[in-house]
Amino acid sequence: MRHVDVYRAIADRTRRAILDELVDRSGQSLFEICGRLTMKHGISSSRQAISQHLEVLEAAGLVRTRREGRSKLHWFVGAPLKAIGQRWPDSTDEDTSHSTEEDIEK
Amino acid sequence: MRITLAGAFVDDQQKALRFYTETLGFRVKHNIPLGEHSWITVVSEEAPEGTEFLLEPAAHPAVGPFRKALVEDGIPYTSFAVDDVEAEHERLVAKGVRFVQPPTDLGTVITAVFDDTCGNLIQIMEEKAQP
Repeated sequence: MRHVDVYRAIADRTRRAILDELVDRSGQSLFEICGRLTMKHGISSSRQAISQHLEVLEAAGLVRTRREGRSKLHWFVGAPLKAIGQRWPDSTDEDTSHSTEEDIEK
Repeated sequence: MRITLAGAFVDDQQKALRFYTETLGFRVKHNIPLGEHSWITVVSEEAPEGTEFLLEPAAHPAVGPFRKALVEDGIPYTSFAVDDVEAEHERLVAKGVRFVQPPTDLGTVITAVFDDTCGNLIQIMEEKAQP
């Protein structure tokens, strides 16, 4: 599979919502992910579109899939995001009051 | 026009009959031998005169790939209504039923998905009371 840049992978609101839902519960099928996106996030993309988003996340190393029984389930993998946090630690500016975690767009 | 019959393809009709009656708790409505297979329908104890659910043989060659693709993506073949998904989940897990999706609150509904051991995923759904 081709490699996808982690920054590109999380530069999309739907893909970030998918990661949020996989953090909420590990090991989801495509059907469950689509249901959560529709009902909880108002994202009504087609199943095929969500499947393609999952492929991008998997190629960026943020999602892993495994077969359980005859179903294909998806897991969140946080390591690539942790690496970003290590590359850019909290702040090099002593005055950080003007920027909070709330500023991060969902 | 009325909808009186729904159903699912099942790998083994006798095994399915046991699962849908003994495990899920439905009641046999018809069990009519028709040569190699049978016309088997079950109904809900709560609505014995209601819609019948047909346990249809999965013998047609198109059924295999069709259901395989649905199960791979976790897509339930059909959905049954329950009053309390949590309680049904607990009851069925105690009977050895495997859930691919535990009870999940989706805002207006709570759903869960289990394996019917006959080749299908089945969803149970509870409509939440609106405040």
